[in-house]
Amino acid sequence: MSQQVGSYYVPHGSRWPIIAAIGLFVFMWGAAHWLDGITPEGPVLLFSGLAILIFMFFGWFGEVIRESLKGVYSAQVDTSFRMGMMWFIFSEVMFFAAFFGALFYSRGLQVPWLAGEGHGALTNFFLFRHYTGGWPTNGPASVGGPFETVPPWGEPLINTLILLSSSVTITIAHHALRDGNRRRMLPWLVATPILGMLFVYFQAREYMDAYTHLNLTLHSGIYGATFFMLTGFHGLHVTLGSIMLWVIAYRAWRGHFSKEHHFAFEAVAWYWHFVDIVWLGLFLFVYIM
Amino acid sequence: MSTHAATHDDAQHDDVPKGFVHRWLFATNHKDIGTMYLVLALVMFFVGGTMAMVIRAELFEPGLQLVQPYFFNELTTLHGLVMIFGAIMPALVGLANWQIPLMIGAPDMALPRMNNLSFWIMPFAFLLMLSTLFMPGGAIAGGWVMYPPLILQTGESLAFTIFAIHLMGISSIMGSINIIATILNLRAPGVDLLKMPLFVWTWLITAFLLIAIMPVLAGAVTMLLTDKYFGTNFFNAAGGGDVLLYEHVFWFFGHPEVYVMILPAFGVISEVIPTFARKPLFGYKPMVYATASIAFLSFIVWAHHMFTVGLPVGAQLFFMYATMLIAVPTGVKVFNWVATMWKGSMTFETPMLFAVAFVILFTIGGFSGLMLGLVPADYQYHNSYFVVAHFHYVLVTGAAFGIMTGVYYWLPKWSGHMYSERWGKIHFWLSVISVNVLFFPQHFLGLAGMPRRIPDYNVAFADWNMVSSIGGFVFGATQLIFVGNIIYTVYFAKNQAPARVWEGAHGLEWEVPSPAPHHTFSTPPEIKPGMLAHGDIAH
Amino acid sequence: MTQPVLPTAQPSVSRRVVRALLAMASVLPAFPALANPQHPSAWQINLTRGDSGLSHDVWDLHMAVFWVCVCIGIVVYGVLVYSLFKFRKSKGAKPDTGFTHHTLLEVVWTTIPVLILIGLAYPASRLLVYENNTAGSQLTVKVTGVQWLWRYDYVDYLGQPIRHVGLISKLAEDSNEARQGVPGISPWNIKSKSGVRDYLLNVTEPLVVPTHTKIQFLITSVDVIHGFWVPALGWQADAIPGQIHDAWGEFDNPGTYRGQCAQLCGQDHAYMPIVIKAVPRSEFQQWLADRESKAHMDVISRTAQVVRASETQPQG
Ligand code: HEA
Ligand code: HEA
Ligand code: CUA
Ligand SMILES: [Cu+2]
Repeated sequence: MSQQVGSYYVPHGSRWPIIAAIGLFVFMWGAAHWLDGITPEGPVLLFSGLAILIFMFFGWFGEVIRESLKGVYSAQVDTSFRMGMMWFIFSEVMFFAAFFGALFYSRGLQVPWLAGEGHGALTNFFLFRHYTGGWPTNGPASVGGPFETVPPWGEPLINTLILLSSSVTITIAHHALRDGNRRRMLPWLVATPILGMLFVYFQAREYMDAYTHLNLTLHSGIYGATFFMLTGFHGLHVTLGSIMLWVIAYRAWRGHFSKEHHFAFEAVAWYWHFVDIVWLGLFLFVYIM
Repeated sequence: MSTHAATHDDAQHDDVPKGFVHRWLFATNHKDIGTMYLVLALVMFFVGGTMAMVIRAELFEPGLQLVQPYFFNELTTLHGLVMIFGAIMPALVGLANWQIPLMIGAPDMALPRMNNLSFWIMPFAFLLMLSTLFMPGGAIAGGWVMYPPLILQTGESLAFTIFAIHLMGISSIMGSINIIATILNLRAPGVDLLKMPLFVWTWLITAFLLIAIMPVLAGAVTMLLTDKYFGTNFFNAAGGGDVLLYEHVFWFFGHPEVYVMILPAFGVISEVIPTFARKPLFGYKPMVYATASIAFLSFIVWAHHMFTVGLPVGAQLFFMYATMLIAVPTGVKVFNWVATMWKGSMTFETPMLFAVAFVILFTIGGFSGLMLGLVPADYQYHNSYFVVAHFHYVLVTGAAFGIMTGVYYWLPKWSGHMYSERWGKIHFWLSVISVNVLFFPQHFLGLAGMPRRIPDYNVAFADWNMVSSIGGFVFGATQLIFVGNIIYTVYFAKNQAPARVWEGAHGLEWEVPSPAPHHTFSTPPEIKPGMLAHGDIAH
Repeated sequence: MTQPVLPTAQPSVSRRVVRALLAMASVLPAFPALANPQHPSAWQINLTRGDSGLSHDVWDLHMAVFWVCVCIGIVVYGVLVYSLFKFRKSKGAKPDTGFTHHTLLEVVWTTIPVLILIGLAYPASRLLVYENNTAGSQLTVKVTGVQWLWRYDYVDYLGQPIRHVGLISKLAEDSNEARQGVPGISPWNIKSKSGVRDYLLNVTEPLVVPTHTKIQFLITSVDVIHGFWVPALGWQADAIPGQIHDAWGEFDNPGTYRGQCAQLCGQDHAYMPIVIKAVPRSEFQQWLADRESKAHMDVISRTAQVVRASETQPQG
């Protein structure tokens, strides 16, 4: 199984990880303060943490890029990076799985029980006698007031098409890169984060619409909770993915990637495909069904 | 020997970084990072242990003597969280960091800088979490499981604790990714998957578990966060949500989590018993498969923590059967350990003593686990001290003893000196006696009807509680010997440990000198017959 | 001299330690010894058998699985301890390094546990199904956990709905004083009329139920999760806000059965005991009739209070 190895590159000490740890700590510490309404400490800490993190990303990745360009990474190191990215994406899958699980449980079991089906007969009879369930719902107490759902065939459909085409564009860019065709790669690569940002724009509009016209808010019972949690975290991933894509596009423009050697490009592409697939799940289970 | 050549080669650029900051804060060396993990774990074991001592002191007698009920709940909660996330898990990751590269002939962990980040997140996470003890409303006090709606009544500390848990999750995920990449990608030629030491196998599987469950925990606590701060209704029936949703998601994490704490300990025991029985591990392949089966089953038993919530009968039956099934692969492990000793030639140095105690006492914990798995019986045991007894048997005499086994076993390799065998034995005997005085009577208390998480109780429970507390104080004090022995070995011992510390030890880690040089296996070792503990035995 | 005048003194620590050691020595033979079904007793080491067919079945299952574990333990530990003595290097044992796997053995020690487990799963499943079947109950009581007290509402009896009979059951006053450290009163000298040391196991007003009656409990909560646990019934059930959890139980003999809230529910979790007074059916009927006629207005206002409290309880 294990392939013949030369010398595996072991970096000699680095200050970036601890800066990252401090940055994360300050960021989270600030976030907690802020949530508890402790201002101005909250925002100040949070943004300081963010600043440290951004500084750290430049420093850390800069170092990695320099090393990579120097050619110290053997094929084996490359494999480690690949595995790292793959398992990271797996962890993200599980993160979304928790929220999808919440959706399926609430919709498939809890709401019917509250409405008195099967196991929930007594609960319904004694506690929520007039509740009939159904989906979407904001529960027996109609928490957050009456609301409407986002129609799937408007912005969500547009967004589906946007994300799907962005998967195509990045794949074309990838093929171009492998063919060594820089001319062809760059425009397709740049198109991808532009599509990503377009997606975020439409989602923001959709949210605005939900809040102002549909009365669909975070407060809208279990429907609002699952809707915003799932789409919100996904939107966050699209945003981060777009930023990553810009970085990759910049690096491609600077000529960092070769035909054989472009792990960073592939990693971001995988990530992007993952975000895309999650969206398909969302489109199906959150919007259509 | 080629490995020696390799290490001589190493010696030339065996540049241990100069200066505290460079060596520790900027560390990329798996041995240094392993050491930091182990030190952190020891410190947190004492922090969590101190809380346990206050708990036991308050429970020494009926009536309230030392602490107020709310503070007691804070202590219980933090004791659980600190011991699980701060003591047991980091200690196991520390062992992994030290040993996995040594055992598979790798130069280091696959992603050394990320390794550093995984570690350094942890102290900060605990800073965040423990700081809440000093906040106006106090720390969270809803138990380590943090069930809503109770936990949503917490004041300011909830957000801090949740973010601390997020940080720990990030750390665990990165640590696990590192371990997987190291094992799958950095094995020296000849160390095939089915020739890897069992410790490496158990960690491979554990790392997979961790990557699968930590994000789920993050999801669960994130929902708590939004319910508390953003007005969502995940856990509120009036809004169509359900408090049981939290329990399901939490235990989907929580049950595999307990195997995260025990599987690497199984791995340690599977290294130590063959060494001191001077006989290869019995049933190597069944051991690997059993570990994998346990890991698989651990995903489908979570609701055995929720038997009393009123699930549909069918669900209760399913989770009961799945839970009972776990006894089978676990039994396979126990039987194989015993069979390894059978027809061996045993000596009883401290690691072996702890390993034998592990097999016996973990099994007791497993038996009570099986009893808990029978739903109608669990209706009586649930949330009583019987459960507390169960999980301390598997966690203290299981996971913690497993860690102590590993520390005694490998400390000479790490430090280059032999620990004091005499004090090791004293530590062992005092521990093994007092820990049973501490936790065995808790079975009785639970059966007699004492609920867990209470600071005060009826006088009928007084006697066994007093016994348990006395055992607890002795056990706690005994751990000072452990620390003393470690400090002595590292800083004061004059003796020089040989490369192969134990007569019966096999495996690559024993081919390098003691203490293991700062860099080992910069070029992969050439595996000769007899160097691996498993796999090259002729049949 | 029938009534002791002085409060019972707390036994000295040293005497209790000596007793502890003695008791430990007698642990094994005493294990299956029966415990009082009504309340815990000092040095008790085993589960109560409870006071109904159901709880006896639970106890039997508990003992069955206990003895199964003991037997497996004897075999496993037997072999283990034997090897520890037999295969020592100091005794000149030579390792048989060829004995490293044995397929038949592996199959055997995988199969036998499976069979044992099936043997245990069968009665457990039957009992579980029986326990979860509340059909045919004659009395229905709604149990509501509140931070930190229990509220009981009688729903129906022998098919007849009951209106406005309910009661609130809080920690008894003497226990409450003792736990707050009021001088001159200690956990040790709090006693019920019948001489039970009922510190933290006594309430202002117990739930009254008839004996020989299948009682359905509808358990819920208005704030956080509580746990309804009276060991004599043979089970506990979580009281979950927004959910009715039904369970049933029975008492064969009149008596005062004590239990506690089992689920952490905040700072006074240790201070919300459950006391059920089982009385003969005739007596129960009398009691119920009294309550139904007399206390109407009172109960209505109290109910309203609790309901209001539950509505203003912060949620989410
Ligand atoms: C290291 C940690 C660890 C381990 C390994 C286990 C192992 C097991 N646990 Fe435990 N458990 C916990 C940690 C652990 N547990 C914790 C922390 C809690 C409480 C959480 C909380 O509420 O705070 C808990 C709670 C808990 C409960 C819920 C109790 C309740 O709250 O009501 C249950 C119920 O089924 C359970 C069951 C089991 C079972 C069946 C096993 C099995 O894996 C055991 C298998 C082993 C054996 C059975 C022994 C060896 C086998 C043989 C010798 C073979 C032959 C045997 C037979 C055929 C019987 N555990
Ligand atoms: C993960 C591992 C782990 C470990 C190692 C321990 C170790 C110990 N635990 Fe822990 N415990 C849990 C995990 C663990 N526990 C969990 C998950 C819970 C559930 C929490 C919840 O309900 O939410 C729990 C709950 C729990 C309870 C129940 C609390 C309650 O329900 O209210 C009790 C009570 O006795 C207890 C006791 C102890 C004791 C005495 C030790 C001892 O083994 C500790 C020994 C160590 C030391 C004492 C430190 C070293 C020494 C010193 C500090 C020197 C000073 C000491 C002296 C001079 C005496 N634990
Ligand atoms: Cu109510 Cu605990
Ligand atoms: Cu479990």
